[in-house]
Amino acid sequence: MEVLLAIMVGTLYASGIYMILRRSLVKLIIGIILLGNGANLLIFLLGRIAKGSPPIIPGDSKVFLEAYSDPLPQALILTAIVISFGLQSFAIVLVKRAHKVVKTDDLDEMNATDEYS
Amino acid sequence: MLSAILLGFIFSIFLVFAGKYFKGKLAVLSSLVPLVLFLYFLSFIPQVANGEVIRANYEWVPSLGLNLDFALDGLSLLFSLLITGIGFLVFAYTAAYLKGHDYLDRFYGYLGMFMGAMLGLVLSDNLLSMFIFWELTSISSFFLIGFNNTSEASRKSAVLALAITGSGGFLLLAGALLLGGVAGTYSISEMVGLSDSIVQSESYLWIVLLIFGAAFTKSAQFPFHFWLPGAMKAPTPVSTYLHSATMVKAGIYLLLRFTPVLGGEDIWNTTLITVGGITMFYAAVHTLFRTDLKGVLAYSTIAVLGLLVFLIGLGTEYALTAAAVYIIVHALYKATLFLITGIIDHETGTRDVTRLAGLRKVMFPVAIAGFLAALSSAGMPPFVGFIGKDLVYESTLHMGSWAIVLTVLAIATNILVLYAGFVAGIKPFTGKLPESFSKVHLPSFLMWLPPVILAVLGLVVGIFPGLIDGPLVQPVVNAVGIDDSELHLKLWHGFNTVLGLSALTLGVGFLLYFLVKPSKAKEKGVARFDFIAPLTLVNNFGNSFRTFSNWWTRIFQNGFLRNYVSTIILFLVVLVGYSLFSDHDGIPIDFSSFSRMTYYEMIIMGIMFLAILFVVGARSRLTAVVAMGVVGYAICLMFVIYSAPDLAMTQFSIDTLTVILFVLVLSSLPKYLSISDYKMKAIDGVLSVSFGILITLIALEVLGEPVNKEVSNFYADNAYVMAKGKNVVNVILVDFRGVDTLMEISVLTIAAIGVFSLLKLRLRRDDRELKD
Amino acid sequence: MKTIILRTASNYMLPLLLVFSVFILLRGHYLPGGGFVGGLIASIAFVLHAFANGLGDTRQLIRFHPGFLMPTGLTVSFLSGVSPIIFAGKPLMTGLWYPHHLPIVGNLGSALFFDIGVYLVVLGVTLTIIFTISESV
Repeated sequence: MEVLLAIMVGTLYASGIYMILRRSLVKLIIGIILLGNGANLLIFLLGRIAKGSPPIIPGDSKVFLEAYSDPLPQALILTAIVISFGLQSFAIVLVKRAHKVVKTDDLDEMNATDEYS
Repeated sequence: MLSAILLGFIFSIFLVFAGKYFKGKLAVLSSLVPLVLFLYFLSFIPQVANGEVIRANYEWVPSLGLNLDFALDGLSLLFSLLITGIGFLVFAYTAAYLKGHDYLDRFYGYLGMFMGAMLGLVLSDNLLSMFIFWELTSISSFFLIGFNNTSEASRKSAVLALAITGSGGFLLLAGALLLGGVAGTYSISEMVGLSDSIVQSESYLWIVLLIFGAAFTKSAQFPFHFWLPGAMKAPTPVSTYLHSATMVKAGIYLLLRFTPVLGGEDIWNTTLITVGGITMFYAAVHTLFRTDLKGVLAYSTIAVLGLLVFLIGLGTEYALTAAAVYIIVHALYKATLFLITGIIDHETGTRDVTRLAGLRKVMFPVAIAGFLAALSSAGMPPFVGFIGKDLVYESTLHMGSWAIVLTVLAIATNILVLYAGFVAGIKPFTGKLPESFSKVHLPSFLMWLPPVILAVLGLVVGIFPGLIDGPLVQPVVNAVGIDDSELHLKLWHGFNTVLGLSALTLGVGFLLYFLVKPSKAKEKGVARFDFIAPLTLVNNFGNSFRTFSNWWTRIFQNGFLRNYVSTIILFLVVLVGYSLFSDHDGIPIDFSSFSRMTYYEMIIMGIMFLAILFVVGARSRLTAVVAMGVVGYAICLMFVIYSAPDLAMTQFSIDTLTVILFVLVLSSLPKYLSISDYKMKAIDGVLSVSFGILITLIALEVLGEPVNKEVSNFYADNAYVMAKGKNVVNVILVDFRGVDTLMEISVLTIAAIGVFSLLKLRLRRDDRELKD
Repeated sequence: MKTIILRTASNYMLPLLLVFSVFILLRGHYLPGGGFVGGLIASIAFVLHAFANGLGDTRQLIRFHPGFLMPTGLTVSFLSGVSPIIFAGKPLMTGLWYPHHLPIVGNLGSALFFDIGVYLVVLGVTLTIIFTISESV
């Protein structure tokens, strides 16, 4: 299963980079989101995955009695997911703004910011 | 002692807040700062004259050997007195010179900073802290040269001076580290005792060259001299203080300080004599071709600096005594001449020596000061300059087989320095007063008194050499490694060779002054050789470097986002891929440790894969967004399967919100473009796929390595025991790493404010523009 | 999308989802949940309401600008972080606990207040972003 997940991470990265390399602004944002998902999944995978053992101390015990999945990457990814929402919305708004001011959607035409001050 | 050094800095910081009160009449109060310091250092004279060394040690970064160790010996004391004494006069002079200037407070701030740095430099006993103060003097000099920041020439000169002295500072650091490594200590006074082992070490040659590099750049030795005439763009008080009396002598100080450590070897003496000799003669000849008063003085300053290096190179008792005396002599008369030039410039508006004449009729006290300073620079008895020149000839005459060459060189330089002194100190005041200057009047006493004081001091000290001999000169000679000097300063040595040489100097000098008049024609004549001048070479180098960097920048910073991304990715793939495959034969993947696949996982993976394909290949924005939502939900299911309920919930909500967000803005987002041609797509495709494969391989490689769970286990074991929580992820977020979470929600807030302001505030401005 | 069914449903959904989000928030220390998820669920509730009834209605329902939730939440979190310094003389972020057991919440401690701050910030951020964007379309 890990192999399949690793391939999936690679696919997310590849598609993310491919979308970022397009000239369209909207594709850029989609690429960033895909890349973010890939990074989250990569961290999750590298923290080692396990089924049916959430990092929650069961019932009345005070410590883990059985194996548990790693809580640390989960905490990292949780914040990363929320932050990525902030990043996405900011990027979307920035694109909207840029589109309105520069009046083009072609990234290649946005290579000289000085003209649009 | 630390507070004495810090006083200058504290004063500058104080001016940041209280600067506006110090622009008017109160400005003159600033001069109290150097005055207090001057009196403070004067009080040490008796102790130091007895051969004591006053020390003060403060630990700063002991692990690096970097301590604030200060030592006050004869050499430091002489420089401290020059810095604070001339500083006092310059501070007072400035109050009148820049009266009513908008940035007067800033000027005083820079001056205060410079004074503190310079004091730190000459008092440091630790090589590393000395380097720090050394750099600080370069930086404050940069600000002071560029003080008239509206003039392009002045900005250029400031950058040039910073580039030269700053690179010298770099050499000093390199030399200091090398020296510290050889000696095993950064304390200069300890190095004196280790002199023999340092001289015999392999790095000795490098150390000497690096220290020379630092000293020659700072003290404007050929071929690094060209920044100093440019630095004359600074207001005159700065030229007086930094570029004549103190900062440019830092290189001399460095050489004197290291004479007992590194001196006495052939390479030391020969190099110093050669460089000093070339500098003094080259610069002295240059004075003949200048018409700007400050230009004349700048070149004669370089000549004297060359002479001092030359004397340190000779290294005999006579020569070092001569150097000590000459530092005092030069500070007294050159500061006077600079201050006078400032007065003339201030009152008449010109520094062109061909136009100035007869000013004695309108500013008599200034003329007196100029006259005295010029005679002192000429070495007329009974001025202190005479004693200095005497000692110079004494030392060159004792140099054995080279005596004649060196003496002739010294005489020629002295003749030309005399000429420069007369041009600056006497020429503007003699002759007929031109009509245009008849309304010129004497400035405030704050301006004319300082040069008069300095000039009179030159005369008094000449008549009573005992005033400086015991208290100042002997301790300096002791400090540079000569114990129990028998040599004492005297005005009159009787009729001997030296006196004859002095008379010769004076005679030829007077003749030269009366025969050769400064003129524009000669200045133009020498300009023909500018194309081989060091300054031109440096400028050409700078220009070609700029062309090169422009070209370089155009290639890599071309403004195309795609190029940046693809360059980075390409390098990453090539470099990481290479190191991944060059290390071993293949990637060890331990399939047995992996969990088994179930059919529903396969289905989820399949859906996710298809969704990604849809995102990439979609022709409409809506398809892409929906497919992206599917990708998100599939990841969410992965989290559910692999025991991460918190992540699953968060991913689910965020994915929902992202889709909502896209749907909301979709109509106003730009059309979904597909501009690239097939070739471009193919190239990008290959690049992205290889990057994806790289990431997959790295992931598999890491999965094959053992994992360190120390931190995770700590959190898991202590979640309930210490934090009373059972959901470890949540406990980490709100308790163990709570500060991180606090920062994170702050970042979120910033993002939201960014979105809000980008849409709301900018729109309002657009509305205003529309109305206009 | 302003159908009657959705509108009626959302009127009942809003309080239900809000209660659910608070429930998720409070149990976060022991079971899956917490301030981040709780805040996101609450904001989904409001966004759903806005979809059904229009943005104006939702705004009227909230009465104040959701942006004010951000500084409020930050302050709550920050205060719960520094409270050990102020009240107990312990280092920043040390957990302070109320000694008795409470229903649903379990043990009451400064960590819960921290999570409440996170909840408020997340809610404020999401609503601000979505409201701002949908207003200026």
